[in-house]
Amino acid sequence: MNSDKITRLVLSLGSFILIIVAAGMVYSLVMGSIPAFKTFGFKFIFSNNWDPTYGKENYGALPFIAGTLISSILALLISLPLSFSASLFLGEYFKGTRVARILSMLVDLLAGIPSIVYGLWGFYVLRPLMIELGIGSQGFGVFTASLILAIMIIPYATSLSNEIIAMVPNDLKEAAYSLGATRLEVIQTVTIPSAHSGIIAGYILSFGRALGETMAVTMLIGNSNKVPDSLFGTGNSMASVIANQFGEADGLKLSSLIAIGLLLFLITAIVNGIGKLIIKRMQ
Amino acid sequence: MNTTENIRLQDTSKRRQLKDKLVLGMVVFFSLVTVSPIILIIGELVRKGYRQISLDFLIKNTPDTYSAMTAIANGERIPGGIANGIVGTLIMVVLAAAIAIPVGIIIGIYLYENPGKRLANFTRSLSDVMQGVPSIVLGLISYLWVVKHVTNGYSALAGSVSLSIMMLPMIVRSTEETLKMIPNSLKEAALALGTPYHKVILRVLIPTGFSGLFTGILLGISRVLGETAPLMLTALGSSMINLDITKPTSAVPLLIWEFYNDPNMIDLIWSSSLMLMILVLVLNMISKQIAKKTK
Repeated sequence: MNSDKITRLVLSLGSFILIIVAAGMVYSLVMGSIPAFKTFGFKFIFSNNWDPTYGKENYGALPFIAGTLISSILALLISLPLSFSASLFLGEYFKGTRVARILSMLVDLLAGIPSIVYGLWGFYVLRPLMIELGIGSQGFGVFTASLILAIMIIPYATSLSNEIIAMVPNDLKEAAYSLGATRLEVIQTVTIPSAHSGIIAGYILSFGRALGETMAVTMLIGNSNKVPDSLFGTGNSMASVIANQFGEADGLKLSSLIAIGLLLFLITAIVNGIGKLIIKRMQ
Repeated sequence: MNTTENIRLQDTSKRRQLKDKLVLGMVVFFSLVTVSPIILIIGELVRKGYRQISLDFLIKNTPDTYSAMTAIANGERIPGGIANGIVGTLIMVVLAAAIAIPVGIIIGIYLYENPGKRLANFTRSLSDVMQGVPSIVLGLISYLWVVKHVTNGYSALAGSVSLSIMMLPMIVRSTEETLKMIPNSLKEAALALGTPYHKVILRVLIPTGFSGLFTGILLGISRVLGETAPLMLTALGSSMINLDITKPTSAVPLLIWEFYNDPNMIDLIWSSSLMLMILVLVLNMISKQIAKKTK
């Protein structure tokens, strides 16, 4: 065998490693969750009873699925006006200027802050603010967690949609300007219509990120094992329950936590898959 | 055109201009709101954290709760530092990089060399999916693989494995994107001279794309440096410097989590977070600078 063939073999070997790793991930999660699904069946997903009392153990994932979805959707809604404004600022109004470079640098810095630092800041700065505003006596809750999540996903949503907005061809915009359209009208009739699918994909991907955030949510959502009764009530998320209860878990509880991990894996894979598919279609 | 019609036209035009200005104002306002947290967060970290930072903070291990408590009661500075975390973070990140970089670059080159191939497309999609997997799930997986079967307990190795799975897709994509930007003629020239394929890769592709690859690697490292969740499930933490990768090990983010849960250690939270932030931001900025220079 000549050296070229060996080189090609080594290169494709990498592909196989990745496939084996990915398959191994799914295999381990599925094997680990079998005891939980065997005991509770599909009721595991729809039951909201989480009772670790020995002898009458009962685990259901609904409170965590609900908490994850509610806090992430709320975070997306909060971040929407902010990140959309920032992407218009960067990609349309001040495109290529010095002030846009500074703003984009600050947004990048926001993306570099570790989750646990966001959590600390939320706990010591945002939570007291919530108490002052009278939102929950402790300041914990789905809303507080969503606020911090919103700040955390803003950089992703902003940079993804800014890139798409900046790509809108100038000729189209100039044509609209020459007809006497104002900046706002150009944005409404040219920029947004031709960039909308990319912008939506950007928000889907940021939503996927919010679903899996762990530390910041753990420190702020209140960690109560029930379906949140209001947007300001306490709850728990799938990632947080794994982080919080993993240390003391074995047997059926461990398997239930792994099953929650498998569900979280599937949800984020589907959400991210849809986002990437839309972006791929655009190119 | 009669005068009333003219006035009406002027009116709508004015209203349109006004609306335009109003939206611009909103965009600027919301953009400022968007970046305000970064200033508030860094301000908070510096304000509360700078006092604890000293040489001791970098070279001593974390104190136990009791000595922290007595120090606070006597009105002294909390003794000790985060050396065990710094060493642990270094070990785990270096190990994770050592696993992820070669594999990631090989896969990236493969994807670049076989753009239309079905296996390459499948691999690319898989790596996209892996990039979206929450880090806590990577922790679970590494627990199932390494903690349970390889090291028979919490270990630095398990921590590195979870971090390396996290870095891998980032390095794959940055390698492929970098190589795509290299002009094809360069490769063709080398091949035309009869250079063997592996030499084209090692002597032409990698050196030409080096800064791009390096940027991707630095970004990957700065991303995993601050990870806490997967390490809680794998490395667990330790109050001492530990060089044995099969034993529980600490990391700076893990220490922050411990300090957060221990009322006596609160003062140490901010200084360790400040340290972590500085490290992450410096790496981030270096990589951006390199990327800018080569563009």
